[in-house]
Formats: sequence, structure tokens, C-alpha cells
Amino acid sequence: MSSLWIQNARIIDPASKRDATGDLCVNDTGKIVPALSPAAKKRARKIDAAGLVACPGLVDIHVHFREPGQTHKETIATGSRAAAAGGFTTVVCMPNTTPPADNAGTIQAIKDAAARDAIVHVYPTGCITAGMKGQNLAPIGSLKRAGVVAITDDGDCVQSSRLMRSAVEYAKMFDLPVMDHCQDHALTQGAVMNEGIMSTRLGLRGWPHAAEDIIVSRNVILSHYTGAHIHLQHISSKYSVELIRRAKSRGTRITAEATPHHIALTDAALATYDTHFKMNPPVRTEEDRQAIIEGLRDGTIDIIATDHAPHTDYEKDREFDFAPNGIIGLETALPVVLDVLMRRSKFRLPKIIDLMTRRPAELLKLNAGTLAEGAPADICLFDPAEKWVYDAKAGQSKSANSPWHNHPLSGRVKYTIVNGVLVYGNGKLDH
Amino acid sequence: MPWHRKDLITLEELSLDEINQIHATAAAFKKILGRSVKKVPALRGKTIVNLFLEPSTRTRLSFDMAAKRLSADVISFDAAASSTTKGETLRDTAENIRALGADMIVIRHAASGSPLYLSNILDIPVINAGDGAHAHPTQGLLDTFTMREHLGDLRDRKVVILGDILFSRVARSNIHALSKFGAKVTLVGPSTLVPRWFAGPGVEVTHDLRGALAGAEVVMLLRIQHERQATASFPSLGEYTSMFGLNKTRAGWLNPRAIIMHPGPINRGVEIDNDLADGPNSVILGQVTNGIAVRMAVLYLCSGGQPENVIG
Repeated sequence: MSSLWIQNARIIDPASKRDATGDLCVNDTGKIVPALSPAAKKRARKIDAAGLVACPGLVDIHVHFREPGQTHKETIATGSRAAAAGGFTTVVCMPNTTPPADNAGTIQAIKDAAARDAIVHVYPTGCITAGMKGQNLAPIGSLKRAGVVAITDDGDCVQSSRLMRSAVEYAKMFDLPVMDHCQDHALTQGAVMNEGIMSTRLGLRGWPHAAEDIIVSRNVILSHYTGAHIHLQHISSKYSVELIRRAKSRGTRITAEATPHHIALTDAALATYDTHFKMNPPVRTEEDRQAIIEGLRDGTIDIIATDHAPHTDYEKDREFDFAPNGIIGLETALPVVLDVLMRRSKFRLPKIIDLMTRRPAELLKLNAGTLAEGAPADICLFDPAEKWVYDAKAGQSKSANSPWHNHPLSGRVKYTIVNGVLVYGNGKLDH
Repeated sequence: MPWHRKDLITLEELSLDEINQIHATAAAFKKILGRSVKKVPALRGKTIVNLFLEPSTRTRLSFDMAAKRLSADVISFDAAASSTTKGETLRDTAENIRALGADMIVIRHAASGSPLYLSNILDIPVINAGDGAHAHPTQGLLDTFTMREHLGDLRDRKVVILGDILFSRVARSNIHALSKFGAKVTLVGPSTLVPRWFAGPGVEVTHDLRGALAGAEVVMLLRIQHERQATASFPSLGEYTSMFGLNKTRAGWLNPRAIIMHPGPINRGVEIDNDLADGPNSVILGQVTNGIAVRMAVLYLCSGGQPENVIG
């Protein structure tokens, strides 16, 4: 491996409080170093990064790579390439595969596939309950030993408070965070979009935000009661943001994430029944959207995560009621977040990068998210202003179910570097 | 103004002018239905496919009759017989029907938005015969047609829609049409079935039956759907009838000339008393007759016919 000399970048590393224009150097073992020797400089691969931002490789703790079992939608190979194209160097996979990742064998299979096929760092999570059925605990200790970084029944919220209490109390023994998709099933039977004026107009079954708020409240209470860390996935409701804010002010070990789509879109986008706007939890009202942005601003919501959820075109091309939930997000996350938070909500760029690098890495204690000396050289280089039109069908993901297909975006990832190796550069995978 | 739409998906997108055109065309067809020879050759040689993917009796019969009165050939698919139960997608079903050479599709589907989806795939006309809780445009057209026959201009008339509004595509289509005519719409029923989100310009939401019915010139009853009882929207049919059923006493609160409407099928003794359903103020069977004329107008216009050729 040759060393790497990135020249004249605006280097932003929130973990080391750095924001300055200069050079970023990587030695031949793939670590960040303060400088290269004259001899190493001569041999180094050089990247002219004038006008570009260099930041830690982005970290996404919520992706669906569908392997094993749903590899017609995505694989660890294609998903990791989509990650690289979006500037992500570390991702955390959800366990709702086929079969669900509820045992050490499946976790090992995922790790083997990642070692063989992935071009970015891929970490597995395991299920909270056996088979993700919400009935009995999965072998959480074995999952931890097999290498999961968290447990979750993402997509299928644990309904029983007794079981959830056991899960968080038990996982706490292993210092394993429990991530929850907050949804009271009894209130969301048949629901396909946010409940409100828009669902009434379209005649679609509504998913009331109360169904999220109730489980957020439950989780806040259980976290407070047990002292366990519960991470609340993809928060979509204003009332939930307020609940989390209050919980944090009492010191409860609650963390929360927001997706690019929940801060960019509202249910007004569903007027034509376009299934590329169908996801769970659903996008809600302008009031909810603004509250989530304010939650990110004041730290109530800790991180951005994509909930990258690939589905094939023929699965999404259906009656709205019958299409699966979810959209892909890895390749559009950075430009969408820059547009919403930097340009429209006046967040400073280092703050945005913090939400997508250091904080998610810290949340799950991953060795990622910084450009500090000695850190693995996982780097994202992007042009914060470049205008381009996103073509989901030409993207790296195996699926193209994106609401931003054919939309103009501002801000574009130019290079992605993993362990000092250029894996993506100028629109091409370099691997 | 010539008619230019090929599809009828929802009344929300129609102008008042367009609704008036359909009504005028329907009035002309209604005269023909009164003759001894009720058939016209307007759609001779055209094939209309009735794609009914949700069970329906009266709407399907009505579309069938309307198409036959226009001399079209009619083929009917229904949910049980179609290959959708074998897992075929709606897109594949639609493309097969196109390949068979159909000239028009009438679709009934339990999933809201399906007719719009179909119209984006097909270049032949798509007529919505009811989609989920979203829209039932020909019902809204025939209901307002019936109201205008009895009341004339609908501007500022008080129209009450009573019952299960939440799940009703009939209510939604009537609300859109009535708003365009400038009527004052009052929605009334249990709070679990009449959510506040329906309120808007010209549309009032209330749970006070007496206030709602006071002075109304139209009361439209919606069927209480037994099959949705499981969702626990109200305690029992008996309690519903005692709180919101239309009976003689309550009908006395209406304007004396008020008409009583129901899109059918009726639950006698639940949402309406037997006597009232068959009484002098009931126009329920008139709605059925008007349904054929209105559907003839829609089939005729969307297949390229122009109003002036019928209205004469």
C-alpha cells in the first residue's frame, strides 16, 4: 500500500476540533499521520483537494443490506459500494434478514460475507427477540460474543413492555445498546402513511404519531428505571422530540437518530401515491419536520442515520397499500442533509459532519469517526457546492427506490478512502 | 368548452364546468332511458372491461347497464376469478387487458390510488368505480345530479352526510362535488368515524345530530359497515342506532322538503328507519336510476364523445 497525500483540503474533524485548510497525510499502513517524510511524499498517491472538504468517513448506524436471504434487493457487496459512493466508510446492518440475525451462526455468516465482499467497514447487529417475533429473548450474550455492536428488532418494535424491560436489563450486562423502532402496533393496523389531513384526503390508513410517542415514552421510562442505554431509531414526531428532550434533561441514557428523509420531506409529497415516499415511520407534517431539525440543533437528537432500505422496482411498483416500506439513502444522504441543515436551517458544516461521523461512532463505540493522528484513514472528500442530478438507476445500490431519483442535488462526494485505500473516486469505484 | 379528459379518477381535480358538462350529458341520456327503446349506438364497436378487484354488486350492475345502453361490448373480471389472486400484479393485469384490445377500463379496487396508478400505465381511458376510502367519483356525480333535480341550484344549501365518514369514499367524492357547487356540507356521526381533518372551507364537522339536521335540505346516510366493528369505533349497532340512526322524530328536525339519500346497500333499522327509507322524502331508488345516466355520460365523454352531440 502506498501512502496518500491529500492536498489543500478544508479539513474538518469535529473529534479533534479541527477546521482548517491544509494537507492530510496517510502512511503506508493506512493511518492518519501529521506529515510524510520527503521520500514518502515522492512515492505517495496525491489528491488535489482544493475546494473540497476532507472529513472523517461518514458513519451510518442504520442500514439494511438484506444479506442473507433477500439478496435480490441488496447484498453486502452492493450495499457497501453504495456506502462508499455516498462517502460512508462505516455502516451498521440491521438484523431483519432472512433468516433474521438472531444467532451467532448468522452473525458469523454476515461477518464472513463482509470480510469477503465489503469495501467499507460493515458491522452487524443482532435481534432482540428470537426470530424477531417479539416472544422470547434472542441469545443476546452469544450475539455479543459473535460480534454484534447492538441489538434491535428494527421494523418490528417489541410490543411487550415486560420483554423489553428484560432485554434492556440483560443487554446492559454486556454494555450492549438496544435500538428500538418505536411503534405501537395496535394503533397502526394497516397504516401506510402519517395520519392527518393528507391521509384523510388520500383515503389511506393513517399511522398516528401517538403510536411512536407511546413507545418512546415507554422506552424513556424503561431506560430511566433500569439505567440501560436505549437508542431510539428514526424519530418522526414532534411530540417524541419533546419527550426525548425532557428525558435527557433528567440524565436518562436515551439517544436518538433522525433520517435525511424525515428532515427533508413531509406527507404532502404523497399526493400522487408515489410509493417512493412510503416508509415506516412515515414522513409527517412540516411541524414535525421542523421539530426534528431543532432536535438535531440542540442535541436532543444525537445523530443522522439513513435507514437505507433497498427494494426492487417490481416490489415498489404496486398499489400504495401493497408496496413495501423504505427507501435507499446512502448515496443521497450527504447532499440532502447539506441542503436541509446547512443551506436551509443554517447549521455550520462542522456540526453537520459531527452528526454523521464522530457522534454515531461514539454512540456504538465504533473505531471510526475521526481524523486524529493514528486513527484509521477512513476519509470522505466532498465538494459542498457541486450541483448534479441523481440517477438512482445508475447508482451503486442494487435497488433504485429513492424519492430523489432524477432530482437536482447540491454537494457531492468526490473520494472515499477506507484504511488509506481509495475505494471511490470521481464517480467510480476504484477497487 | 369541449371535453378533454380520458380518465375519471377523482372529483377533486374536476372543475365545476366539467361537472356541469357531465350532468348535462347525463340529463340527455336520462331522457333516452325513459323511451321504450333505451339503447343508443354511441359506443358501438368499443369494448369496456370492468375490472372489479373488490366485491361490488350495484356499482358493477350500474356500469354494466350503462355500457350496454351505449351499445358497448362489456367484459367483466372480478376478484375471485382474476389472476390477481394468483399473485399477478396490477401492472401485469392491466397490460394483459390492453393487449386484449380493450378500449376502456372501469376499475374498482380496495387500495386507494389504484385507478391513478393504472391511468399512468395505460393510454386507454380509466374510470374509477371506487378506490379504497379515497374516491367514488361517479357516486358523487350521481348524488349531486339527484340533489339538483330536487333542489335546483345547490349554492348555500345545507347538506348533511351522516355516518361512517372515515372509511367512506362516497363521502369524500360528495364533499368535493358539493364544495364546487357552493353547498354547505355538515358531516356528522360518532367522533371515531368523523375525524376533525375533514373540516375545511364549506365543510363543518360535528357530533351533535340535532344541530346538524336542523333545517337541512339533504341528508345522506352512509352504510354502517358491520365488518369494521372489530376496529371498535363504537360500542354496538344498537348504540349507533340510538345515537345516530335516522328516525321519524329526528327527520322532523329537517327542512320539511328535505330529501333523504343513501348510496346503498341499506341496513334497515340501523342507520335508517324502515318507514323513512320507503317514505315520500326518500330518493334512494332515484339515485340508482340516475346512476345509469351519469355513468353513461362518463363512459361516453371519456371515450371521446362531446356533450353537444347528445344534449342537442
